[in-house]
Amino acid sequence: MTQMIVIDIGKCTGCGTCELMCSFRHHGEFNPRKARIHKTVFLYDELAVPVVCSQCEDAWCERICPAGAIAHTIEPTSGAAVLKVDEQICVGCKMCMLACPFGNIAVGAKGHAEKCDLCDGDPQCVKFCPRGALHFADSERGEGEKRRKLATALAASYKESE
Amino acid sequence: MTMHGWTQKVLRVDLTNLSSSVEDLDREAAEQYIGGLGLGARYLYDEIDPAVDAYSPENKVLFVTGPLTGTGAPAGNRYVVVTKSPLTGGIANSTAAGEFATNLKYAGYDMVIFEGKASHPVYLYIDDERISFRDASGLWGKTTSETELAVVAATAPDAKVSCIGPAGEKLVRFACVINDMGRAAGRSGVGAVMGSKNLKAVAVRGTGGVRVADNARFLAAIESCYATLDDPYTEHFHQTGTPGVLELVHAYGVMPTKNFQFGTNPHGDRLTGELLADTLSVRKRMGMGCPACPIACGRITRVKNPDFAGIGAGPEYETIGMFGSSCYTNDLDAVSKANFICNEMGMDTISAGNGIACTMEMFEAGVIPQADIGFALPFGEAKGMVRLAEMIAAREGFGDLLAEGAYRMTEHYGHTEYFMGVKKQEFPSYDGRGLQGMALGYATQPRGACHIRGELQDLDLYGQLGWRVTRDRGMEAVDPLSWEDKPGLSVDVQDWFCMIDSCGVCNFVWFMGCHEDQMRELLEAATGIDMGGHEGFMRTGSRIFNLETLFNRRAGLTSADDTLPERMLRTPLPDGPAKGYVCELDKMLPPYYELRGWDAQGNLTAEKAAELGLEALTTV
Repeated sequence: MTQMIVIDIGKCTGCGTCELMCSFRHHGEFNPRKARIHKTVFLYDELAVPVVCSQCEDAWCERICPAGAIAHTIEPTSGAAVLKVDEQICVGCKMCMLACPFGNIAVGAKGHAEKCDLCDGDPQCVKFCPRGALHFADSERGEGEKRRKLATALAASYKESE
Repeated sequence: MTMHGWTQKVLRVDLTNLSSSVEDLDREAAEQYIGGLGLGARYLYDEIDPAVDAYSPENKVLFVTGPLTGTGAPAGNRYVVVTKSPLTGGIANSTAAGEFATNLKYAGYDMVIFEGKASHPVYLYIDDERISFRDASGLWGKTTSETELAVVAATAPDAKVSCIGPAGEKLVRFACVINDMGRAAGRSGVGAVMGSKNLKAVAVRGTGGVRVADNARFLAAIESCYATLDDPYTEHFHQTGTPGVLELVHAYGVMPTKNFQFGTNPHGDRLTGELLADTLSVRKRMGMGCPACPIACGRITRVKNPDFAGIGAGPEYETIGMFGSSCYTNDLDAVSKANFICNEMGMDTISAGNGIACTMEMFEAGVIPQADIGFALPFGEAKGMVRLAEMIAAREGFGDLLAEGAYRMTEHYGHTEYFMGVKKQEFPSYDGRGLQGMALGYATQPRGACHIRGELQDLDLYGQLGWRVTRDRGMEAVDPLSWEDKPGLSVDVQDWFCMIDSCGVCNFVWFMGCHEDQMRELLEAATGIDMGGHEGFMRTGSRIFNLETLFNRRAGLTSADDTLPERMLRTPLPDGPAKGYVCELDKMLPPYYELRGWDAQGNLTAEKAAELGLEALTTV
């Protein structure tokens, strides 16, 4: 089991606190465009969905990087697997941006690739998410919760004669 | 030089010549008036003659953010629209939250000043430092959501829009400004002033960020607020939004019913926030959040009932109080429909709902003949209410008269005793007879009857939530029916709310339990300035409140305008827990003036002006 940022879509209000605290941590300023997590709001459905790197086991960005700047490491405090960019090696060629199917890595103003690094085991987006839509938890947690929700719905549909 | 909190830039837009320029923020003024409401008041006071007609090109419209707007401070997401009000004739400052506000900061501006008047409908597109004027002839007549979608399509997918609807174009005196698909800078007719300048919309796309002076201190201040907000009150407010307060208001017997004739509504249970959340809300007990908001009280409602079908943001508590209880429809479907119309047409739901309830009472009393309205409009006539809302926005028939505001409508019939409001602005949804502090606030607010510029009702209703204004007095709770303690509380609460609305944060965070010390910490950590402790912080709030009042005095308003309708002063509430009470304004006003440092005519004394650093502004 490895820890990851688990998203509970139903709880996201679209407030974007995750974006602000991410950019504050990584860039020292509040700027949603510099965040490594992004929310999309579907207003009339009252839904919002945050999207962030899921730290792929076999990552497109890692495979395509010609400089070998992206590598899997184990974050020591949480034991989480994290794909990290070595800023000294990265040449800013943007191949990772093209390869990532999810839009979760980008070359920023400093000329090197930027992506979620799990904030050294204390993801700020999770810490400050005011409605509990983000968790730093075992990757199984997300699946487990979904299964439990389905099971609850199924259970509700099943009624023996009263 | 890196700027902290403030971007230090002001965008000045000349609509007459369709040109713009960028200038440095007046740093000294910013330190004394902070931003938002306060700094907007200072710029407006300096730049226009308060006596000008609100619709003349000499009036200006200011969009002002605060130093906390765009930061991660809890609900640091607001801008204030400051101008001279066509409704009250005094200062107007209406605030709204949304990504429009935060993007103004990200684009690099603390403030945008609109002056002059365009010769034809235009909208402004601010793309960071690139400013362009676009023809808005094709947008004229479009609703607010149509306008927002059209402007986004014509500019950029990530542009954020603030605009007016047909009501603003037609100079409905209580037209509002709508941004982010349904967030309203609602009161005092700020949208009509935009309309008078042929300014249909403002689009902004900002790619920069906001920096603060002390990152570690700012982060700690945010964490402190989050800890305070981690409680059941916040959760309840998230689940039911502002309508969640309705049951509490009703329990105090201050629910406006039939144009403030009664304080309780026997059908109030059909209007609760819980019922709204469980029936019409698209996601039931799920609220949507403005930027950086830990509460997320907003909601989208959908009405399927074909008589009132629609979808959109809201309705908020005040809207339900007016269209539901005061108009006595007692029907959330009808309330929501009236709310959708107001938002789409771009007009204030409070003034519209209050004005329609007023019309209903005058119709029932035989003062307004049916022929004038075109149809019978007794209390509870839901379809007629919705129809009249549409007529106001279009200035059609009787709607043309009511578009002037309820006061002017009652004046037309020679019966201003039916008008329920102050300074020609309609009351929101609290009856002051059962909330003495609210009554004093209504009478003295520079922008007229208003519930968010001196939230005495919160002290009254919620009791002690940790605000220093009560904590410093050793008060556990406040008795809503006592008047003796209200002058002192009013002064402090009004000054405190001036600070909230000047920093660029939403006041809901601060009545959920966060308090003055936490705000000061955020403000100082963000800007690097020293507010001079709690006293200095509150003195700044007092300076702002007094400057607003100075503006009003120069605009021609006097202490005679610090009053309430006869019904509030002389007719005791006939029902409910506050039965038998009137607003004790005559008793509260003299000590209030004295605590304000005003003379008996409501004018700032020289000593108080010197204490607040306002001497230079008092001499004209």
